[in-house]
Amino acid sequence: MELDSLYQEVILDHYKRPLNKSLAPNPDAQVHHVNTSCGDEVTLNLHLQGDQVSKVTWEGVGCSISQASTSVMTDLLMGKNVEDALALVEEFQTMLQSKGKDSGNEDHLQDGVAFAGVSKFPARVKCALLGWMAFKDALQQALKK
Amino acid sequence: MSSLDIAAIKADFPILKRTIRGNNRLVYLDSGATSQKPVSVLDAERDFYLNHNAAVHRGAHQLAEEATELYEGAREKVARFIGADSNEVIFTKSATESINAIAYSLGNSTVGSRFHLKAGDRIVLSEMEHHANLIPWQELARRTGAELVWFKVTDEGRLDLSNMDDLINSKTKVVALTHQSNVLGTINPLEKITKRAHEVGALFVLDACQSIPHYKVDVKSLNVDFVAFSGHKMLGPTGVGILWGEKELLDAMPPFLTGGSMIETVTMESATYLDAPKRFEAGVPNMAQAVGLGAAIDYLNKIGLDRIHAHEVELTKKALEGLQTINGLSVIGPKELEMRGGVVSFAVDGIHPHDLGQALDQFGIAVRTGHHCAWPLMKRFKTVATTRASFYLYNDLDDIAALVDGVERARKYFAER
Repeated sequence: MELDSLYQEVILDHYKRPLNKSLAPNPDAQVHHVNTSCGDEVTLNLHLQGDQVSKVTWEGVGCSISQASTSVMTDLLMGKNVEDALALVEEFQTMLQSKGKDSGNEDHLQDGVAFAGVSKFPARVKCALLGWMAFKDALQQALKK
Repeated sequence: MSSLDIAAIKADFPILKRTIRGNNRLVYLDSGATSQKPVSVLDAERDFYLNHNAAVHRGAHQLAEEATELYEGAREKVARFIGADSNEVIFTKSATESINAIAYSLGNSTVGSRFHLKAGDRIVLSEMEHHANLIPWQELARRTGAELVWFKVTDEGRLDLSNMDDLINSKTKVVALTHQSNVLGTINPLEKITKRAHEVGALFVLDACQSIPHYKVDVKSLNVDFVAFSGHKMLGPTGVGILWGEKELLDAMPPFLTGGSMIETVTMESATYLDAPKRFEAGVPNMAQAVGLGAAIDYLNKIGLDRIHAHEVELTKKALEGLQTINGLSVIGPKELEMRGGVVSFAVDGIHPHDLGQALDQFGIAVRTGHHCAWPLMKRFKTVATTRASFYLYNDLDDIAALVDGVERARKYFAER
């Protein structure tokens, strides 16, 4: 069934058991993003240590795609330096906007490649990007400080 | 079952023959968002452009005459359909524009006039309003300093009228309410509320987007002052909405959009304005769309609104029965058929509506998921979104069975993975 290409095991696992879903106090930046078309919400706390992403924690409500994608993102980006983290966000975004053509580089994106199938469903791309865009926004705000 | 010949009706809507995501029959259950269009509506629009296109109310040539006749003919049809006089029927581009027209007109009124709102005045809404009947009033309140208050919604999805006399008090200038909730399907009991609104001298604005397409609404007997609805939810084209108002009010109110077609006399310094409906129809209107709406009304009249309503009640009954047999499914809104329309919102434990809608789409079933432009109502029911199925004359019991079966299949799919 075509649904399986969208709802990969790894996505449903992250949805049921999300990682880092508890806001750590005193962040360098906090952002709140919503998907205006469906009401999904993510609040994200970012901690930096020098130029390293030391902690990404979050709270949110929404569909399995938005929540699992945010979970995968926090796991992937934590511990990366700022430049590498941003490059990964770009790579994920490119994959999501490829309309099914880019299956993603598993060495880079790890569990993130599970979302390649989402790019064939235009209405869901925003869901998959919600947490990642929140991270990008938080990073920009933290770096401005 | 109802007396409607659904096979014949379906044949008038070619889109219902297409397949979805492979070879699935299209099961269209999103008419609350927009209805599908019969061929006769498309033909009417096409005929206007092919044979009669000209700017209405201008020019001495034959085409202008024919275009004007068709456009004004459509107005007549709308008027008869809702029990109004045609000079009280204003064509707008949407129901949203209709409500904004009232809000901006009130906001443009001169200090001291009966339409003027000031700090301390009150606008009364309800928690179940569509954003289209909420944001224009928030904005008017912000511009005038008026206070916004609202009816709460009960757990059953009905208006809580227990504090009506406090909410609608002597300070109240406007009461704006939906006739039928686009999320819950609830039909609101207007009689008590309009009576109270008029006791205190308030204007009553009715959002009839979800009612007028589905059952007989006689605007004159409702004791309301303004009614807004859209063409595209009643088999008509997009780009045409209706504002109905009491003639005496419309003629006394300041216009919203100004420009050509709505003036009486013009000098470089000032202008005087025509009476309704032209007072509120600046610019060349959406003529072909209005004519298409006229054809949609012909179609609805041919089938008969009473029969359409009876049919939708039957579909709603089956949907409520069938859906509630599903494990973990809860209906959000009234579970009984009294004072309720053909809209059913629901939640399934552990499955987000967006995921449920996605799975249903794979089976060819089109439903609406999300906040339905009623964010405050979602918060009221402590959720961010629901799944909504909405019915119309071209749906049949097979569609309802497909919905119930599809939701059950989707539930199993997510539960077992």
